Amino acid sequence: MAKIRPDYENSWWAKLLRWLETGSTALDDALTGELDAKSADHLIASNTHHDAQEQELEERRHAALEREKRLYDHIHQWAQNRGSRLMRWVYIIASVVMCLGIIALLLTTAANLPPYGDPNNPVNNEVSGHYIEKGMQETGAVNIVAGMILDYRAFDTLGESNVLFIAAVTVLILLRLAPSKDGKPTTEQLEAEADDRMYEPKHDVILQHQANLLVPLILLFGVYVIMNGHISPGGGFSGGAIMGAGLILYLNAHGFRKTERFFTFTTFRIVSLCALSFYACSKAYSFFTGANHLTSIFTPGTPGMLFSAGLIPYLNIAVGLVVCCTMYAFYTLFRKGDM
Amino acid sequence: MEILGIILLIFAIFCAISVSMTKDLLTSLVIFMAQSLAMSIIWILLESPDLAITEAAVGAGITSLLLFVTLKKIHAIDIQKASEKDAVSHGKEADEHGEDQA
Repeated sequence: MAKIRPDYENSWWAKLLRWLETGSTALDDALTGELDAKSADHLIASNTHHDAQEQELEERRHAALEREKRLYDHIHQWAQNRGSRLMRWVYIIASVVMCLGIIALLLTTAANLPPYGDPNNPVNNEVSGHYIEKGMQETGAVNIVAGMILDYRAFDTLGESNVLFIAAVTVLILLRLAPSKDGKPTTEQLEAEADDRMYEPKHDVILQHQANLLVPLILLFGVYVIMNGHISPGGGFSGGAIMGAGLILYLNAHGFRKTERFFTFTTFRIVSLCALSFYACSKAYSFFTGANHLTSIFTPGTPGMLFSAGLIPYLNIAVGLVVCCTMYAFYTLFRKGDM
Repeated sequence: MEILGIILLIFAIFCAISVSMTKDLLTSLVIFMAQSLAMSIIWILLESPDLAITEAAVGAGITSLLLFVTLKKIHAIDIQKASEKDAVSHGKEADEHGEDQA
């Protein structure tokens, strides 16, 4: 672009380029114009001067190195003879002091706690009273915990699911091996697989039969825990963890060849994206309403029914899917660096 | 019920101490799982079944599984070492042998 200009040779950009190519003196030359003959003599004179200076510098550098070496030897000897013993004592004393300090702190805190079950305790304020008395009417969830974490405090749960997803992504960045380009597994992947199968038989009949019996039950129980999260104890997180454990058992029994049929990296991506964005879309209005509640088409309904309690069952499903996928992804990434 | 809770609490504390005291990583992991199970029963006794389910699924299940896989990845689980432990009474020699095998 700049080369179109007629005085390109004198432009700042050209000078900078020349300076970068030839070194710092060229900038001065370019600034002052062309080299004249006088400065050439001056250069030779300055060269001899420069040599002397350099020699002196070299000597000084050598002396400094000697000094440093002596100092280093001295420190090293001290560290080997007395320093390690001293540091061991410092560590022992510091650990004992820290332990005693923490024990004293915790014991004083425990001694000064308000009595257990006292109605005048600071935790028994109007917030928990409101949740316990009106929680079932307002959210429609029989399980107060589900009503709290997925309705009153749904925004916090969104953050928790995102934390889990970010953890999965971090593990992905750290442990995933580069995918092969031509369809054949790369040497790294083959090594990881051989390393993975080191102490295990490839087809363990006992494990396979047990898994065939147990995996459907575990998955069904996980679905039950997720779907009944607002009626009975449980919910998205625990149900998702149970389903993830079931998938891991199936993977251990039948190997990656079988699980890749229904769970690949793409599945993980799509399911996590859909679940998290559904959750975010349905609860992000808290940002704009100042954490106030909106009336929605999902009414609380009759408490105790499967499809009641407004959005809670659907949010439970979303959280459960994210947790299940994340747990399974953790396991596969730990094992062979891919899904 | 009261006695069961006290027994479980003592068991949990004992497990928690022995997890950090055990030299062998695999053994300490199994003790960690036992501690998580005891904790999940304690949660039920404290009338918080939600936490009990989560503790059983995450604490005793998934976390231990991930730690098992990690031990396998760093070659801390060694079948040779485990079988030779009976023959070689001295722990340190078995350790060195295990490193050679890996």
